[in-house]
Amino acid sequence: MITLKEALKLSKDELKKFKEELRKDIEARAELNGYVEVLDHGDGVPIAIKDNIQVNGWSVTSGSQILQGYIAPYNATVIDKMSEAGLSAFGRTNMDEFAMGSTTESSFYGKTQNPHNADCVPGGSSGGSAAVVGAGLAIAALGSDTGGSIRQPASFCGIVGMKPTYGRVSRFGLGAYASSLDQIGPMTQNVEDAAILYDIISGHDEKDSTSVDMKDESVTDKLNSDRKLKIAILPKYIEDASNDVKHAYGVAIEALKKAGHTIVEKEMIDAKFDISAYYITATAEATTNLARYDGLRYGSRVEGKNLKDTYFKTRSQFGAEVQRRILLGNFVLSSGYYDAYYVKAQKVRQLIKQNYENIFKEVDLILSPVAPRTAYESGSLEDPLEMYLSDIYTISVNLAGLPAIALPIEKNADNMPVGLQLIAAPFQEQTLFDGALSLEKSL
Amino acid sequence: MFEIVIGLEVHVQLNTNTKLFCSCPTSFNHKQNRNTCPTCLALPGALPVLNKEVLHKSIMFGEAVGATVNRTSYFDRKSYFYPDSPLAYQITQLYTPVVEHGVLELDFEDGTHKTIRINRAHIEADAGKNIHEGDTSKVDLNRAGTPLLEIVSEPDMRSADEAILYLKKLHSIVRYLGISDANMQEGSFRVDVNVSIRPRGDEKLYTRVEIKNINSFRFIQKAIEIEVKRQSEAWEDGVYEDEIVLETRLFDQNKQETRSMRGKEEAADYRYFPEPDLLKAIVTEEMYEKYSKIPELPDAKRDRFVKELGLTEYDANVVTSTLEMANFLEEMIAEGATAVGANKWLTGELPARLNNGMTLETSPINSKLLATLVKRIEDKTISNKAAKDVLDYLFENEVSVDEAIDKLGLKQVSDTGAIEKMVDDIMVANADKVEQYRGGKDKLFGFFVGQTMKASKGSANPQVVNEIVKAKLG
Repeated sequence: MITLKEALKLSKDELKKFKEELRKDIEARAELNGYVEVLDHGDGVPIAIKDNIQVNGWSVTSGSQILQGYIAPYNATVIDKMSEAGLSAFGRTNMDEFAMGSTTESSFYGKTQNPHNADCVPGGSSGGSAAVVGAGLAIAALGSDTGGSIRQPASFCGIVGMKPTYGRVSRFGLGAYASSLDQIGPMTQNVEDAAILYDIISGHDEKDSTSVDMKDESVTDKLNSDRKLKIAILPKYIEDASNDVKHAYGVAIEALKKAGHTIVEKEMIDAKFDISAYYITATAEATTNLARYDGLRYGSRVEGKNLKDTYFKTRSQFGAEVQRRILLGNFVLSSGYYDAYYVKAQKVRQLIKQNYENIFKEVDLILSPVAPRTAYESGSLEDPLEMYLSDIYTISVNLAGLPAIALPIEKNADNMPVGLQLIAAPFQEQTLFDGALSLEKSL
Repeated sequence: MFEIVIGLEVHVQLNTNTKLFCSCPTSFNHKQNRNTCPTCLALPGALPVLNKEVLHKSIMFGEAVGATVNRTSYFDRKSYFYPDSPLAYQITQLYTPVVEHGVLELDFEDGTHKTIRINRAHIEADAGKNIHEGDTSKVDLNRAGTPLLEIVSEPDMRSADEAILYLKKLHSIVRYLGISDANMQEGSFRVDVNVSIRPRGDEKLYTRVEIKNINSFRFIQKAIEIEVKRQSEAWEDGVYEDEIVLETRLFDQNKQETRSMRGKEEAADYRYFPEPDLLKAIVTEEMYEKYSKIPELPDAKRDRFVKELGLTEYDANVVTSTLEMANFLEEMIAEGATAVGANKWLTGELPARLNNGMTLETSPINSKLLATLVKRIEDKTISNKAAKDVLDYLFENEVSVDEAIDKLGLKQVSDTGAIEKMVDDIMVANADKVEQYRGGKDKLFGFFVGQTMKASKGSANPQVVNEIVKAKLG
């Protein structure tokens, strides 16, 4: 598959031909089920779009039954920005329902296969985007990352996935899961493409109050893999990871050293606090963000015998995981429990932020696992608590609002990709991409 | 035996051009669901952005009631399902409102005063409207997302009269500030009343009952009286604990009763938490500086009218109770009417003729017209009595004051020659009565004055007539 950098040089005619071929290739590998619908939104360089990003005129459903029949009447800001840069949305990709999951198994559209092993999941929730890039069926894709939903599937599918600093990419037009954690980000074949796509979609947006008003400087133009950085490693933090991950961690450290970077050892607070703070914050926000899906104005309504019954029947279309998180969110916000759960979770969130701030006083980047192991076999991650624990290495980044990038390090004995992530201080995307490019080159 | 305790929550719809969190217009005379966008329809992915104009108007209100304007305030989500609430949560300010700790001064007719504390005023989004037509229910979201300022008093009022006085004062302040149309019928000034009773001397607050959305001062007064009666009777019958519960009741103006809206078991849990889609709302020093300069308020205007215009305290209070009247008075004075004369006609004769829902704004009599009428009395062109007829005529006919006077032939005659002639004629025609008067029957004086006035069709200057009749009768 050609890279995004190369594709940007193609003429309209060449792009047209390319897309015709691409459609055939996608058709030929229909069993992958990475795309849920191959739609075209212009004559630019085709970019696959996660099914929770609004594209005017497209059916956009967040992988849910409840949004069947809904046609988005407007573009997300990232889609408009892509159009201005000569890119266009091409195909919507499969995802866990409302981005709640780590396997893309909870989609209304069925499972997506891991391109490296059909029996394995592609990760989630942006599993469709990761799979189509990993399978050579997309030049690049957009995903969204609330607790690792870009980085973890990128890692499972052997591609690059980047989560920007909270506030750098507009959330306007992103079907919300957890507003204070969600970010849209690029999923690409290499680090440079990720930088290019990040440059295109990032920047201040008046339509998103949480978007940060700061000067836009191209990261791509200044990409420099020769910068010598100070990079923290977390020996104790990775103890719970699988041997594959530990091995890749060692490989990456050696590569970074060889490239001339300074390695220092740091500690993170116990990841079990991350899990609690994350699942309280995310579900509290989610329960309200998903409350609008009542079937009254749009989407799939199941008529009941009265209003209340219609609410019940309509909202019973949510899948089990979504229902579980809605219930959990309602519980942690309910009268008498608010202080014990939500307020406490926000305090923990502050502690996590401070932990990172302290580390970033001394280092430029942190090297961390993405997931405790490589891609799971389909159906093996059914216990929700076990699934929540699989997020331990990714969610603190969202809680602290940091930028991070997952990139493939090596393949294990079963030929499955193993990825790791680099994490930077807020708004230090340049440093993040410089370090990632250096690591990519020295592997 | 009982003391009444009343607290009031008033939802004031702010008259901004656009909605609270999107750029849809706030006018409602459009086709249903026309003034909507992804944000106020709560489509997937849409986000709220705070309309700064709402902050500006909140600052003005805070300043008007001597409150603290918080330089940083926050928004919260209040969750509940209802078809007119597209997000299924209302964006409001629970934990840190924009305005806190204000006061409102009440002045009673007997000259006493009372200070009512305002706990807070917070910004929130209005809901849409549900329309029920037979078997079908429809939702109109034109109003959804319109900015409201909810003004919450402390439970400081002790009678329905005090509550009404508070509401009228608040209404007048909001109108003086020009931050809301504050039209009760149209729902831009909505009142929820919290009522409880307690034995006199008791400090503790008992169970409060909320009565929602009553759309006139008269009905609010009635609703409070009826609810107090219900609570007092329950107390006296020994069933207070059972019957008076923390709940929301509706006032039924036809049946003259309050009725429970929902049972206890359905008490709502709003699951408030901070709105993550909005950052803190900041009032900058510059913004505060600009919007804390507010127009003259009712109390200041009243004091000025007493001091500069020579109105009595009572008259000044009445005429400043609404901005429209106060402005009308000042316009009349600018036209050359005296303050006392203008005030008398503005607060007396004019309102007496406003029937069938006609208001000062909709009446055909503008300030210039009424000022001219008063001037014609003051320069003795017409009598006070004739002026009333002229005013009646002006309500029916679109003419100038002078045209009306001519048309009605009411020009006051002060020409002594003409009046002397009339008196002479009457004395000749009533020679017997002249005799009787001169014989000591003083009461007949009025007869001659009356006859002269009648002969002049009321246009003779009564003072001049008096003098001439007196002189001629000797």
